[in-house]
Amino acid sequence: MGEKITEKTFEEALARLEFIIGELEKGELNLDESLKLFEEGIGLARHCNAKLDEAQGRVELLLGTEDGVAKTTPFQPEEE
Amino acid sequence: MSLGILYVNLGLLGKRKKERIFPPKLELVKIGKGVGALPEILSVSQVTLQIKRLLENEQALQQVWVSGEISNFTLHSSGHMYFTLKDEASRLRAVMFRRENQWLKFRPYDGLEVVVCGRIGVYPKNGEYQLYVDLMEAAGMGSLYLAFEQLKERLAQEGLFAPERKKPLPRLPRKIGVITSPTGAAVRDIIKILRRRHARVDILVIPAQVQGDTAPASLVAALQAAGSLRDLDLVIIGRGGGSAEELWAFNDEGVARAIAACPHPVISAVGHETDFTIADLVADLRAPTPSGAAELSVPEINELRNQIKLYADNLHALFSRVCAQKRAQSDRLSFHPALQHPDRLILTRRQQVDEGKEELVRQMKVALQERRKDLQQKMEQLDMLSPLAVLNRGYSICFRDTDGKLVREAAEVDHGDVLRITFRRGQLRTKVEEVKKDVTTWAKK
Repeated sequence: MGEKITEKTFEEALARLEFIIGELEKGELNLDESLKLFEEGIGLARHCNAKLDEAQGRVELLLGTEDGVAKTTPFQPEEE
Repeated sequence: MSLGILYVNLGLLGKRKKERIFPPKLELVKIGKGVGALPEILSVSQVTLQIKRLLENEQALQQVWVSGEISNFTLHSSGHMYFTLKDEASRLRAVMFRRENQWLKFRPYDGLEVVVCGRIGVYPKNGEYQLYVDLMEAAGMGSLYLAFEQLKERLAQEGLFAPERKKPLPRLPRKIGVITSPTGAAVRDIIKILRRRHARVDILVIPAQVQGDTAPASLVAALQAAGSLRDLDLVIIGRGGGSAEELWAFNDEGVARAIAACPHPVISAVGHETDFTIADLVADLRAPTPSGAAELSVPEINELRNQIKLYADNLHALFSRVCAQKRAQSDRLSFHPALQHPDRLILTRRQQVDEGKEELVRQMKVALQERRKDLQQKMEQLDMLSPLAVLNRGYSICFRDTDGKLVREAAEVDHGDVLRITFRRGQLRTKVEEVKKDVTTWAKK
């Protein structure tokens, strides 16, 4: 709860979102709590969508590693 | 057995002078006496050497295929293997040196039926002939299968396949390492399907040889490289279909251990659906094919977007529901009769008070009645004891008029005193005419 939404991994954010929906479904919360969770949930959904756009779609071939840093070159698989 | 051999070969050697060799004891006596030509005396080593030459020059025994059951198997600390091959009738000592047995894919054990290839030689120190084994194959089930089963069992006992070791796969990996041949069909299939499902996932191809003798070391190196890269979320290791021998690198112990040691979750994707390798067992997830691995490793991105949208819609709907519920609750409360007609509440209370009052009066009456009855009884009792009751029976009471004192004896009054006499009804005032002090009672007068 304490950590910021933007620091969450995709899995954490999605799991939290699922949890929040579950809590709201139970309908046992007071209005203030519901509003708080609703706002957090909307933030999480937004964050999840941002995560989906995060990767850049690069394809590279590893040439070697040096101290955990990869030396790479763009890679294009041979056609059939 | 070595002794038997010695006899047989002595027999061969002694063809010329058979009678001089058997019995040896007799021969020695003859020599001692210096009779006849001086015999050729051989040392044990010389005899053994002759036997060795004889056997080792025999072409038929220098590359011989032998089938039999292994017994008395020992693996010496030097790495050499010593054992006996046996069948129903015979036994044959055998040794397989480390130089040869290092290529063995399985570990021999007692009772295993094998076919071996090697040469017969003599070990002079023990005076033994034995089979020097160059190749060994497990009979029946086949060596590869046996090696597979043995490694599987060993790693299983170590717990390398245990479900609790399996790392969960990330639901949305950002960067995936693909360990395979960069020129194979597998890498092409994997990239194609990853792209289709999730256009933006980053892919790092980590090249490795996937078949041949150098493949295990190459795969291990690739796994270690993948492990050293922090930004990988997932590793796929595999290759396309091939023969059991071509897939064999994925049954290598070193590869299995490197997969287990990889800090990232690993999906194995070796050959076709029906191919099962040790790598599959130790990986966090086995994919039936390289394409399957690609499908298992990333979600269909559009599905995921839809799901998140569904969640967001759900959130709105649920929150609206909560708001509606709370409103209904507050409405229900504000229409509560207590709030709508507070006077009713007072009326009810008043009624209660009235009822209480009536009850109180009723109770009071009952209590009073009881008290009254009680009092009546007490008064009757009192009446019985009252002096008035005596008067009822015909007595009267006499008081001195001057001071109202009760007169009990005649001596208490004097002549001329005024007395008041009280009867049951009425009083008399009277004057004393005569006092008779000594008379005790009127009755006795």
